[in-house]
Amino acid sequence: MISAFFIFNQKGEVLISRLYRTDFKRSIADVFRIQVVSNSDVRSPIITLGSTSFFHVRINNLYVVAVTKTNANAALVFEFCYRFIIICKSYFGKIDEESIKNNFVLIYELIDEINDFGYPQNSEIDTLKSYITTESVVSTVNAAEESSKITSQATGATSWRRGDVKYKKNEAFVDVIEVVNLSMSAKGNVLRADVDGHIQMRAYLSGTPECKFGLNDKLVIDNNEKGTTDAVELDDCRFHQCVRLNDFDATRTISFIPPDGEFELMRYRSTSNVKLPLKIMPTVTEIGTTQVQYVITAKTNFNNKLSATNVVLRIPTPLNTTTVDCKVANGKAKYVPGENVVVWKIPRIQGGQEVTLTATASLTSMTHRQVWARPPIDVDFQVLMFTASGLIVRFLKVFEKGNYQSVKWVRYLTKANGTYQIRF
Amino acid sequence: MSVRGPRKGENYELSVDLNSEYREKRKDAIKRVIASMTVGKDVSGLFPDVLKNMQTDDLEQKKLVYLYLMNYAKTQPELVILAVNTFVKDTDDPNPLVRALAIRTMGCLRAEKIIDYLCDPLQKCLRDENPYVRKTAALCVAKLYDLKPELVIDNGFLEQLQEMIADSNPMVVANTVAALTDIHVAATSQPSTSSSDPGIFIITTSILNKLLIALNECSEWGRVAVLNALARYVAQDEKESEHICERVVPQFQHVNGSVVLAAVKVIMIHMRGVRREELIKQLVRKMAPPLVTLLSSPPEVQWVALRNINLLLQKRPDLLSNEMRVFFCKYNDPLYVKVEKLDIMVRLASENNLDALLSELKEYASEVDVDFVRKSIKAIGQTAVKIDAAAERCVNVLLDLIGTRVSYVVQEAVVVMKDIFRKYPSTYEGVIPTLCANLDELDEPEAKASLIWIIGEYANKIDNADELLGIFVDTFTEESYPVQLQTLTAVVKLFLKKPDSSQGVVQRVLTTATKDCDSPDVRDRAYIYWRLLSTDPGAAKAVVLAHRPPISIPRTTVSPALLEELLGEIGSLASVYHKPAETFVGRGRVGADSVQRKGAEFADDALSTQKALQTVVAGQQAENLLDFDDEPATEGQPSGLAATEVLSQTPAAANLLAGTSSNPLDDLVSIFGGAGGGLQASAAPQSSFGGLAPFGSGFGSNPMSPAPPQATSPGVPMGGASKSPAPPQQPQDDLLGLF
Repeated sequence: MISAFFIFNQKGEVLISRLYRTDFKRSIADVFRIQVVSNSDVRSPIITLGSTSFFHVRINNLYVVAVTKTNANAALVFEFCYRFIIICKSYFGKIDEESIKNNFVLIYELIDEINDFGYPQNSEIDTLKSYITTESVVSTVNAAEESSKITSQATGATSWRRGDVKYKKNEAFVDVIEVVNLSMSAKGNVLRADVDGHIQMRAYLSGTPECKFGLNDKLVIDNNEKGTTDAVELDDCRFHQCVRLNDFDATRTISFIPPDGEFELMRYRSTSNVKLPLKIMPTVTEIGTTQVQYVITAKTNFNNKLSATNVVLRIPTPLNTTTVDCKVANGKAKYVPGENVVVWKIPRIQGGQEVTLTATASLTSMTHRQVWARPPIDVDFQVLMFTASGLIVRFLKVFEKGNYQSVKWVRYLTKANGTYQIRF
Repeated sequence: MSVRGPRKGENYELSVDLNSEYREKRKDAIKRVIASMTVGKDVSGLFPDVLKNMQTDDLEQKKLVYLYLMNYAKTQPELVILAVNTFVKDTDDPNPLVRALAIRTMGCLRAEKIIDYLCDPLQKCLRDENPYVRKTAALCVAKLYDLKPELVIDNGFLEQLQEMIADSNPMVVANTVAALTDIHVAATSQPSTSSSDPGIFIITTSILNKLLIALNECSEWGRVAVLNALARYVAQDEKESEHICERVVPQFQHVNGSVVLAAVKVIMIHMRGVRREELIKQLVRKMAPPLVTLLSSPPEVQWVALRNINLLLQKRPDLLSNEMRVFFCKYNDPLYVKVEKLDIMVRLASENNLDALLSELKEYASEVDVDFVRKSIKAIGQTAVKIDAAAERCVNVLLDLIGTRVSYVVQEAVVVMKDIFRKYPSTYEGVIPTLCANLDELDEPEAKASLIWIIGEYANKIDNADELLGIFVDTFTEESYPVQLQTLTAVVKLFLKKPDSSQGVVQRVLTTATKDCDSPDVRDRAYIYWRLLSTDPGAAKAVVLAHRPPISIPRTTVSPALLEELLGEIGSLASVYHKPAETFVGRGRVGADSVQRKGAEFADDALSTQKALQTVVAGQQAENLLDFDDEPATEGQPSGLAATEVLSQTPAAANLLAGTSSNPLDDLVSIFGGAGGGLQASAAPQSSFGGLAPFGSGFGSNPMSPAPPQATSPGVPMGGASKSPAPPQQPQDDLLGLF
């Protein structure tokens, strides 16, 4: 399993080093620095040298590295590295060289806790936060009792929840967040359109509430109420460990005892009947070898009451572009020479609206003419109260011994983030 | 006590602070020590000073001191003993976190002296009322085993662990399973253990049931450990296999990708025991969506998933038949993900999704990364070879690409075209002029050789073939060997097809090749051609213009036995590399008995290797009879794509494809094996080929009207011919080798 865990900065300096097993010395870090950090041509996230395998994940100029000498579970190692990254983000708000350096003591505590002898241990953020804190914990008699509670929570059948949670106002917030993946061919055919959905929940509920969650899942609705048409076909669902997978497998009911606070209840994927919130119609013409003309139209494809916000289009230009003359009626468009793109930012587009950009890129003449690869136009946006898959939350029922009333809130958000690509 | 350093410098200051009367100052100093330790400075001299701060109520400070101890315990074994008391005391602390921390750290100290003091506290902690302490203690047993196995056995810790599988707490069960597996692996990898010893952690039916219960309750990482143990269980009967599959299937819905892959592994293993077709279908159907969902994970996890999907598709090609679109590359995918997706796209190619696939591949061929572009073009060629109905559309796409006149695109397209010509002879002759028009663009040997092969093959259809080949003959000595070999063969083909117009050029090439060329392979081939042409042009025709067996894409890239082994290790490094673990986990593990075990498992392979070896011996004998025999044999042989096809029919050869063959001879063997299979037709050995019988016999079966001997050069200087035995595997392989 994982024998050693390191964090390197971009220069290959060790920021964190922890050996879990004894088959390595600390000097193994130098091997990684030489072979990976200072090697510009690394084309795989796993490097095996002799019998030593380095797994690395790059994030914000950091390398998160796990080293092993066995036929380790590669999926597990990478999931572990990413879990570590998520934990850091949750603790420090971000993960970069500065936050790692400032919090190295805490990080050592964390990596000591989430991995023992190379085997990942409980890494539920909420639980970790209850006993690994930035304030120092003094071991007194009271603390011992408290720790007993924490530890039994950390290992119990509901390791994600303490039993004695109390709230005056019992509330649960459900956020349905959908990321749309689109690739559209130059001819306007949809090559691929699907939705990666997350359901994020913030539960502030007293006691040990038993929750039932209902979606307009086609398989459920078809079984029960025939004739409803707005059901959504989910290709695949994956759940937080609190959800009883056996129940879902047998009857597709989603029942669980939620962790206290924020967690990701489920992820799903849907590929059928994806409603694309933005339609992009590009016309790009190369005039001779010195000019490229762009006419890009973006049209919203949803109800007038809704609006798309933070819309950003990145429109690639040829590498030998000197200047781009942009004309837009909405938002701002600017040529960014460093990235060879025109960035067009539109703060808000109402439903049913249409916006257009016209631009002319002037090119320098080149002695060696290479065909322009025409990377796709990339669109980022957010649409509130809209789901591209058509998914809606039908109910969230909370059952608890106390029989209290609870308030539930649901929000929907559809967004694209580097995944909405239109070729031209 | 250790020798104190000078009374100045950083370490001295730290030492002063560590002994300060103020608590905060001491703690701060410890932090600074840890910081120095992290960047690699030697702070081992501060050991006694740090140790003084161990006994504290401050949990954070305690952890820091422990961290220091773990790092330097090995270098200061005498001093560690001073820490033992505090450790032992801590394992009695009312706070379970402190107890667990103490036992966890003690296991990591790895100083001989301290180990003996570990056993009593460990005994106690294994029975602790708090599950958090128990789960930590369970792993500590594995740590101890790693250090001193005798202690674990003598103290009965193993039995205790076995009992703990029945613990009421699922997390304890999971860690116990992890510890037992760790010990089991360590024990079985010892060369001293005899093969009759079944190992330490045997999963019985009663353990199985406990594991299945714990599976649904423990943490994600625990599930992976439990699933790994389930994968090792040998089901008693079909019913049990079905039961395991049914219990594991819900894990496909877990959010953690490693749990999903571990579940896939268990299902793939226990599905072997399931006979009910309908259940198998259901399992496979349920497997597909979670695998696809893994593609929305971070790129590294995606890559691991893709490599495993590639394996799964080799076993079950229908697994994702309707899902090709999700494998379309995103522009900003990392290259390693793109390449893997490309491979899977070709695997999933069928007549239904052909148009979408080809337009995608064409799109990729215009991207920036040269490697990726080349692989995309290769994928077009593979698609053409794989699906007959696709060939024409593929050729059109390739022609479009050649039209871009981007050098590396054109060259790769030419290489790919050659394979299409191999698969569909005489179908796309109309393309040849376009290819020839790009002659000047080619500067890579493989592309050049491919074009030359095409010209030679269709010499009778190309009016100016002699002119085109003449260009290469003029620069013969400057070309690389594969190009020289191809030129030589192509010119001879030209001569046999159009004897009247090409006598001059063939004479020229043979002279240059025999006189001015420094590669023995090229020289030898030239001599053979010369001799053939001068003695029996009919035989020459039979050899050089022999009919080639058709080529196809191999369905699997690894041998069936290896595939089964890898499917049993889904998610692991082995499955990512598509190589057995022994090839990259070098612990001197491959002992005699493990070889034996392997031998029994892969009896098929062993058998075919033996056969292949016999063939090679036969080949060597034949070689002795006549020095030249290998040359013509290879000439008429399937190579490159063709070879791979023939090869994949024999397991040994498939083994070779996977690059796992341990026997260097396999290389040669498979070529011969292929020839033997493809060419053992009626035996009509030409008189001059007496010694060639083992391979050459097939050539004679081609009915031929011997052309009038256009004796070019009767007196071949034979002196240079008694030569070093050239390896039968010819460079022609490289040139046709698409895979």
